Amino acid sequence: MTEFRSPDQEFQGFRRRVVVAMLFILACFALLGGRFYYLQVERHEYFHTRAEDNRIALLPVVPNRGTIVDRNGVLLARNYAAYTLEINPSRVRKLDETIDALAEFIDIQPRDRRRFRKILEESRNFESVPIRTRLSDEEVARFVAQRFRFPGVEVQARLFRDYPLGGTGSHMIGYIGRINQRDQQRIEERGESANYRGSDYIGKAGLELSYERELHGTTGFEQVEVNAGGRAVRLLAREPATPGNDLELTLDIELQKVAEAAFGERRGALVAIDPNDGGVLALVSVPTFDPNLFVDGISTQDWQALNDSPDHPLLNRAIYSAYPPGSTFKPFMALAGLESGKRSIEQRMPDPGFFIYGGHRFMDHRARGTVNMHESIVVSSNTYYYQLANDLGIDGIAGFMRQFGFGSRTGIDVPGEAEGVLPSPEWKRSRFRTPEQQRWYGGETISVGIGQGYNAYTPLQLAHALATLANGGKVFRPHLVRHVVDSRSGERRLIEPEPLRQIPFKARHVEAVRKAMVDVNKSGTGARAFAGAPYEVGGKTGTAQVFSLRGQRYVEGKVAERLRDHSVYIAFAPAHNPSIAMAVLVENGGFGSQSAAPIARQVLDYHLLGRKPGQPAGEDEEAEESQ
Amino acid sequence: MTEQRFHPFNLVRAFVRPIDPVLLAIMAVLLGASYLLMLSASPERAQTQLVNSGVALCAMWAAARLPPQRLLSLAVPLYLLGVVLLIGVALFGETSKGAQRWLDIGVTRIQPSELMKIAMPLMLAWYFQQREGMAGLRDFIVAGVLLAVPVALIVTQPDLGTSLLVAAAGLYVIFFAGLSWKLIIPVVLVGVLGLGSIVVFGDQLCQPGVDWYGLREYQKQRVCTLLDPTRDPLGKGFHIIQSTIAIGSGGLLGKGWLEGTQTHLAFIPERHTDFIFSVLAEEFGLLGALVLLGVYILLLARGFQIALYAPSLATRLLASAITAIFFTYAFVNMGMVSGILPVVGVPLPFISYGGTALVTLCLGVGILMSIHRHRVSSTD
Repeated sequence: MTEFRSPDQEFQGFRRRVVVAMLFILACFALLGGRFYYLQVERHEYFHTRAEDNRIALLPVVPNRGTIVDRNGVLLARNYAAYTLEINPSRVRKLDETIDALAEFIDIQPRDRRRFRKILEESRNFESVPIRTRLSDEEVARFVAQRFRFPGVEVQARLFRDYPLGGTGSHMIGYIGRINQRDQQRIEERGESANYRGSDYIGKAGLELSYERELHGTTGFEQVEVNAGGRAVRLLAREPATPGNDLELTLDIELQKVAEAAFGERRGALVAIDPNDGGVLALVSVPTFDPNLFVDGISTQDWQALNDSPDHPLLNRAIYSAYPPGSTFKPFMALAGLESGKRSIEQRMPDPGFFIYGGHRFMDHRARGTVNMHESIVVSSNTYYYQLANDLGIDGIAGFMRQFGFGSRTGIDVPGEAEGVLPSPEWKRSRFRTPEQQRWYGGETISVGIGQGYNAYTPLQLAHALATLANGGKVFRPHLVRHVVDSRSGERRLIEPEPLRQIPFKARHVEAVRKAMVDVNKSGTGARAFAGAPYEVGGKTGTAQVFSLRGQRYVEGKVAERLRDHSVYIAFAPAHNPSIAMAVLVENGGFGSQSAAPIARQVLDYHLLGRKPGQPAGEDEEAEESQ
Repeated sequence: MTEQRFHPFNLVRAFVRPIDPVLLAIMAVLLGASYLLMLSASPERAQTQLVNSGVALCAMWAAARLPPQRLLSLAVPLYLLGVVLLIGVALFGETSKGAQRWLDIGVTRIQPSELMKIAMPLMLAWYFQQREGMAGLRDFIVAGVLLAVPVALIVTQPDLGTSLLVAAAGLYVIFFAGLSWKLIIPVVLVGVLGLGSIVVFGDQLCQPGVDWYGLREYQKQRVCTLLDPTRDPLGKGFHIIQSTIAIGSGGLLGKGWLEGTQTHLAFIPERHTDFIFSVLAEEFGLLGALVLLGVYILLLARGFQIALYAPSLATRLLASAITAIFFTYAFVNMGMVSGILPVVGVPLPFISYGGTALVTLCLGVGILMSIHRHRVSSTD
């Protein structure tokens, strides 16, 4: 601020300021240099990692899901490639407008839009969501020509699951569906998140669910270099996916078809097991449903139609519904009598046509004077079993029946099996609350003896028990999968060929029961259904009471259809070396001989003779010779 | 002289005479580096940058040919033209990217604020020249007003980067003209305290809803993002985070020319303009960054040397202010790219892509050359 400075003084002042400025500049640059040193040397490792993380992305390579074939190699579940139109919601701002614009040249139905919304809501991440699946080649071409207008919309080649036989065996095969948040949680709990990166589908029901681990395969990875926009620009390394393993079933899908067709419009279930290894030959629950509806998310209408139907098509009656076995329980009771020593094979018992217990008269259809064990099965005497039940006592019955697996899950390899009820005083205590309800009455034992009362078993349990009886006491775990075929080595892993345990029945006793069951179909209650059959078959009819008439006589025509008795039938064949043991149940089908036995006949005709219903008899002879 | 007039060699000499070989060499290095980095950061622009460099060198040569007195005689007209144009921008300017910076003058669009970067120091240097030997407090106040008017106009565009540079240019002239330390030190102290308090109380100040008097929301965001880039890693912090990753991952020797992954996979935003330094630091490492710092120091040292030998007060002030401006460009740009200064739109001098800024900078170098040619010890 010197008002009067000489030019020289002023120049000196200026020089000082230049020096100060230069020092300040050097200080600032030193600061920058220090900052560079800090970033580039001190923290180099950190930033190097960050840059690599930026640059390299791991993209999952989704494995192809394993296929499912029946015992003869018929495809039950397969994959096919198709184009889908997918929208990446994070890259498309106005979803509705974009979909409207797409709909101008690609067929997008309201149904597609609803499904898109649903998937979008359930979506677990911000990956692309399909708006249309199974595009035609023409639609793909049309979209490609317009692609530039639609950033964030892409056509993808994807593998789809397809169940070529539709409803046939749908309860057992099951289906896959899109992974929802609940599935995602389960995946995380099992620690399989890495293997499901990129997977859109997971098994939801049936074999698709229970063999999910085999079918899914191992996800591969591509290490790619990505740019800031997330686009892959270069492939760095690749770890290919391992496809899922294929399943070869014990099931004979043709047998399954015959069985399902034999039911016609009726509701019911049929389980056929090979007594030699526990392999399930047919597992029928009718009505069925089309599993293909579920793959891409079932529409609300389809779901309501299935869910609200009085026939409950989604219910797997074969393994989840428990029914009283009715008289089909008698062969097992008879064996219990023989094994316990309470009865001998030839011992004749009085049969006045009723049995009195505790002042109550338990009725039979007719009086026969006396019957032995054989006759009691052939003519289905009730009185014989009332007495036997009384002699064995409830604990004796329950203890014996437990060996056959009655009242406990068989452990079959499809999910959703019910336990059923094997009645016993313990069961009553755990089932009911008040002491009055919990008390076991002797009269209840009498009803249990003829397969009524609290007895309730799944058709699977019944078939399983029969298979055990038919093979002389070898208990196998029923299973649908015979081999798991390793996708890499082609090695075929056998599932459960070994029996779980052997029940030590006396062969003589088992033989006597089996012989009586064979005569059921020769001269007894199954004779009509099996008239003219060129093979020997052991069987037993049964009628499961739906509605207690409290002593009134049951007249079929007078009872509403849904309250009619269930028709039950069990059979094994050929009698001397059984290759099939089955249980048939027709809901509200009346007597066992009426509805269930004819179905069993058709199934056995196909299984043993290769004859389909309605086929000319000419083929019979051939088949017979090969027997 | 007369007999040599038509000698061809004489023509060459006349052409070469205004050029200072030292500054020219430094220019060659910087413009060469710019071309190399452009080939990596944005190859499709490298060609254009070469043309820009040629045009800028012509401007430099033209400015170098002008004697300092002629230049100073242009100070008032240029300054007034600049202010008028800035007012024009405020009234009729074109808006692009949220700021009104451009003026359409029929033939082309111009950015008058760029003109002020030269006109401002020229005007103030001229002003102090008029008061030679008796610059009083009043003169500093007048200078302050001359400075404040255009800066205010540029701030309202809004263009924080340019207004900062224009303001700095003027302040440097005032500083070198001898503004009392008694005034400078308190101002610097207040500034340091202010910045310090922003750093310390950043979290509270950056809460949404807190209004920073005099700054736009986006300017506030820039400061806040600098204080804590992770506050918005995908949005405003992305630039700083990605450029520091680029610099840090370069390491000691860099990843090699054309090998920078941050650069080539487009993680560095604005990598051909304001963030080109992170390309250099990624591909050439600490070594490249320090070499660049060294070249800038040479440039600044040469600039101050020229100022010390300048023939008059005005040329002295002009030369030193221009030199200090080069420093400001370099420091603010590298400081922002490496994350120690807020992101303000200041290019890396002589290297960032862009013709206008390059021409302005090279005009500055040309003025330095002209002053050098008329230095006191010169017997020319």
